[in-house]
Amino acid sequence: MAEEIKKGLVLLDFWVSPFGQRCRIALAEKGLPYEYSEQELLGTKSELLLRSNPIHKKIPVLIHDGRPVNESLVILNYLEEAFPDAPPLLPADPYARAQARFWAAYSDKVYEVGSRLWKTKGEAQSQARAEMLQVLGNLDGELGEKPFFAGEKFGFVDLALVPFMPWLTPSFERYGGFSVAEVAPRLAAWADRCMERESVAKTLYPGEKVDEFITLLKKKYGIE
Amino acid sequence: MGETVKLIGAFGSGFAHRAEVALRFKGVPYELILEDLRNKSELLLKHNPVHKLVPVLLHGDRSVCESLVIVEYIDEAFDGPRLLPADPYERAVARFWAHFIDQKFAKPFWMSFWLTDEEARRRILTEAKQNLSLLEAQLEGKPFFGGDSIGLVDIAACALAHWVGVFEEVCGVAVLTDEEYPELCEWAKRYINDETVKQCLPSRGELVAIFSSCKEMFRAIADSQHK
Repeated sequence: MAEEIKKGLVLLDFWVSPFGQRCRIALAEKGLPYEYSEQELLGTKSELLLRSNPIHKKIPVLIHDGRPVNESLVILNYLEEAFPDAPPLLPADPYARAQARFWAAYSDKVYEVGSRLWKTKGEAQSQARAEMLQVLGNLDGELGEKPFFAGEKFGFVDLALVPFMPWLTPSFERYGGFSVAEVAPRLAAWADRCMERESVAKTLYPGEKVDEFITLLKKKYGIE
Repeated sequence: MGETVKLIGAFGSGFAHRAEVALRFKGVPYELILEDLRNKSELLLKHNPVHKLVPVLLHGDRSVCESLVIVEYIDEAFDGPRLLPADPYERAVARFWAHFIDQKFAKPFWMSFWLTDEEARRRILTEAKQNLSLLEAQLEGKPFFGGDSIGLVDIAACALAHWVGVFEEVCGVAVLTDEEYPELCEWAKRYINDETVKQCLPSRGELVAIFSSCKEMFRAIADSQHK
């Protein structure tokens, strides 16, 4: 029997995933209703997830009228294009859009490098720390004195990066032995500014909760 | 627009080719600046301070970095045939596969050709072959990933079309075989024989010569990274 195609938006996600949070914030900013579907990631993955993202088997997955879109940044671009009447998160100008895409992709490094901070020790950890300081420095520099990355308005790069802030503070900071407020003060202020937005405040979990989750992962993977 | 377009590239770079071929498809005149990556210019370092890599597109006083970001920019900023599909869902699919290619055929894949440790190479290539199968399936009998004409995914996959053959020859390793990947092999031939692509594709002979002369160096790098 053919399955009936479910109309509308469904987001397959995991509560603490910063990549999922990017999508949740975007959907909220755009005022788009959707069904949130919490996925079991640490145990057995659901049929729906495996069917929707057979290649990576990862969340987030956005299912729109039965068709899956995978990868958080691909989802963000898709939301811009599939819902042209909703408030845009990308600027209209091609050059500004290219800048936004560059820095949104670059922001992935915060998570990549940060993960190495709690997964490794010794030389590998020192290297990760050095890289993290560079990444934060670059982001702080790009933000400059602007309130948000694109200027006056909260947008694409802000929502791509802000979900990593509760991972930075306190967790990555502690594992790496640095302080965001010291090495990237403008970025720290920007993070506070973003938290004033309802979409961000309602989506992100406090750093302490993320820290608990990392501790759980360490136990699960037998990392000291 | 009438503003000067320059592309900072490097001979033999598959990433630079992506940007160049996109400009050619759009019929945009440009000046090509070739870098010696062992001795990076002030121009490159100034315009790509974050990654210090090629390609970098200079359009008037604007600079765009990262090859796939550049290709999308070229598609949006200039008129001409579409490099990405018009439909939002198809665009999402194209972006997914372009990103897949970047993730799965990154440094570890390319360095594996040079590994002297055969067991280590086999392990890396086993995963790579699964990913090649996924790409093979994605072609689904179409001439190009983009359908009837070359698009974002074909451009993203250019290294698989041309550079893999070079590495196979220099290192004596067979990866993209006709038996296992008939559609991909046919696609590769179609890609490298396309009239526009040919204008900016470094010749196989030249690439073989360059990589052969660096064989020992690449071997040493690959082995040291693998320890």
